[in-house]
Amino acid sequence: MSYTSPYELKSPLYYSFITVALLLVCGGLLAVHEMESQGHIITGMNNQIVWGMPHVFAIFLIVAASGVLNVSSIGSVFNKPDYKARSPLAGLLSIAMLGGGLMVLMLDLGRPDRIIVAATNYNLTSVFAWNIVLYSGMFATVFVYLWAMMERRMYPWSKAAGLAVFVWRFVLTTGTGLIFAFLVARQAYASAILPPMFIILSFAWGFAVFHLAQTAIYAWNGKTLEENVRKRMSRLMGVFVIGALYLVATYHLTNLYFARQTAFEYFILLDGGIYPQLFWFGYIVIGNLLPLLLIFHPSLGKTKSVIGASLAIILGAFALLYVFIIGGQAFPLDIFPGFEVSSTFGDGKIASYHPSVFEVLLGIGGLAVAFLITAIGVRVLNFVPREVPPKVEQH
Amino acid sequence: MLFYPCFICGGNEMMKILLLSILLLASTGAWAADSSAPKLDIGKGGQCVEDTQWMRKNHMHLLKHQRDEALRKGIRDEKISLKNCIECHASTKDDSVIARDDSFCVGCHRYEAVKPDCFECHSGTRKSAWLQQRNAK
Amino acid sequence: MSEIDTHRRNFLKTSAGAAAVAIAPGFMLFDIAHGKAEGASSKVRWGMLIDTAQCKTGCDECVTACNKENGLSGGTAATDSQWIRKIEIKDVSSGRELSLPMMCQHCENPPCVDVCPTNASMKRADGIVLVDKHRCIGCRYCMMACPYKARSFVHEPLHNQNPDVPRGKGTVESCTLCVHRIDEGKQPACVESCPNKAILFGDLNDTNSEIAMKVRTVASVQIRADLHLNPGVRYQGI
Repeated sequence: MSYTSPYELKSPLYYSFITVALLLVCGGLLAVHEMESQGHIITGMNNQIVWGMPHVFAIFLIVAASGVLNVSSIGSVFNKPDYKARSPLAGLLSIAMLGGGLMVLMLDLGRPDRIIVAATNYNLTSVFAWNIVLYSGMFATVFVYLWAMMERRMYPWSKAAGLAVFVWRFVLTTGTGLIFAFLVARQAYASAILPPMFIILSFAWGFAVFHLAQTAIYAWNGKTLEENVRKRMSRLMGVFVIGALYLVATYHLTNLYFARQTAFEYFILLDGGIYPQLFWFGYIVIGNLLPLLLIFHPSLGKTKSVIGASLAIILGAFALLYVFIIGGQAFPLDIFPGFEVSSTFGDGKIASYHPSVFEVLLGIGGLAVAFLITAIGVRVLNFVPREVPPKVEQH
Repeated sequence: MLFYPCFICGGNEMMKILLLSILLLASTGAWAADSSAPKLDIGKGGQCVEDTQWMRKNHMHLLKHQRDEALRKGIRDEKISLKNCIECHASTKDDSVIARDDSFCVGCHRYEAVKPDCFECHSGTRKSAWLQQRNAK
Repeated sequence: MSEIDTHRRNFLKTSAGAAAVAIAPGFMLFDIAHGKAEGASSKVRWGMLIDTAQCKTGCDECVTACNKENGLSGGTAATDSQWIRKIEIKDVSSGRELSLPMMCQHCENPPCVDVCPTNASMKRADGIVLVDKHRCIGCRYCMMACPYKARSFVHEPLHNQNPDVPRGKGTVESCTLCVHRIDEGKQPACVESCPNKAILFGDLNDTNSEIAMKVRTVASVQIRADLHLNPGVRYQGI
């Protein structure tokens, strides 16, 4: 066992990170206060683009929160010892990101003071209502899983808890995809491929976040990640990136085939201005090609490459979500197929969206909350992965 | 439940006296509140739907029940509608239940530090006055 | 022992009494609220038939009337609420041009009702689709789901609302089919205001009503009928 305890505190630097994070959270809360007292008119969202930057941040955090548990699942359900050692950290990251993402989502509501109403009036046909149960259940399940992993007496339960977490997060991410898949009237959504697409995207994004957190923790503690583990983990992340790219490509190619969808696809992929730019340069190049190069090129693939690849994947994630969520709303609803339309309500026109500082502050506040929970959790409890000596690996 | 330990152990009488005095103090607090209770502009006043004490305790339950009946089921009982409350209780000076600190819906809620959510959406103005205002435009 | 028993008995009696006193007002409420048994009934289905041939480009009387009746600002900025709007449409292949009003279509299978997490978006028994502002949390999911873009979100604090039409910041709203007028036996404001009588309003379930007879005889369509939502608003002449 090469686990070193206690790890170096580097107190002033640590506390300054925490302070910065707290300030960012305060910034987010201030933005929310303004949004709540003055109304959403101060944001860039309007009656055409109803979901904006906060939703981009929130959905990234929620999808990544589910995906980071892949590390735990590979450890507890598929019994890979290297991953098992990393399961608690993955669990913490999951709770942290879920917390941050939900905070952003709930604070962007028009009436955030009515959360109790949402928790006590359920419409069983609404994915949002399911999500209230799924997300709180996710917290509880991961909490039990962490408890099972970290307390010796509870360890025999860790496999069952791990399986529960595995199943629950699949349902949860499917639910996230279904939020959009159920929107029958919008050309950007209403597709059954969205749930699986979100699941594979969650694998890639979750791994990227995990790599960043792991690298940071190791650097902080002066440890080095064993080369074999690093290689296997980063390559698995690369495989997930390819898988996600496959599903995104299938989604677009299928859409392109339908005559009634081509106008929308051309908007997203060719002539929609910022949307094709973000899609091709942000998602395809930075979010896919760059990380794949960094991971798989024979002369690359070391720690710096892994950090770079993870960051690139995350940037690509934001680009994809912006195109998906906002681009999908910017394209006008096809209320009268076969007709050109115009009205005072933006019918037939591409809607424009300019994010306001309030929305961005709120989104960053969510990221800061996730960071805070992780940083404090790692400091207070035993989340640093314990290395498994190479000899014991064979099963 | 609080009484149990008191009666199991010795000092029964002492405990009883102590508890009674605490209760008395609490209730005197309530009496004191009545004498310094906020002055309300009750508008037209007169015979309300129910008596004052009942209304003070239950108006929120009545409103909550009635709103679902009216909106979701379309059962519009004019007597207990919010519009009807406002019809009587809006100040005769400014036709509003929320305009001033002593307005009917503001005085007590301010005192108790409870924010009524109603007037985010509902008009606090007497309907006849509102109609006059609109037709004058 | 016996001392404890009598005290316990007294305690139980007092608490039962207190509980009864607490619940009693609820029973009284029950009586008051059920004084009037009528309400919306599913025997009725309100609908509209819009004759687009009577609808003139450039005329927006229905929009003005709706704005006045419901206390909307009448503004057309991206954050302003529009419950009804005039849409100018042009058939791409034939070049034929039309004008028509578009509002909440009051579907029988409303997607907005399906997706609302709190049941704020609801369908009343007589077919009117409404937003229960008491429950709306402002998540805007219904706005994403509506195929007709019928819904608006209130982006700023409102003042001086119509006492018959409560509207507030942070909630979603849409055409209520002037439910406050219908419940008094009147017609929606847009119907009454149209100078060409282009909008016909009535009970689709009443075989003898003017609208039911007309719908049986003239050709009319539902917008986006392919979605199988069965809207209560039909259009003639598209």
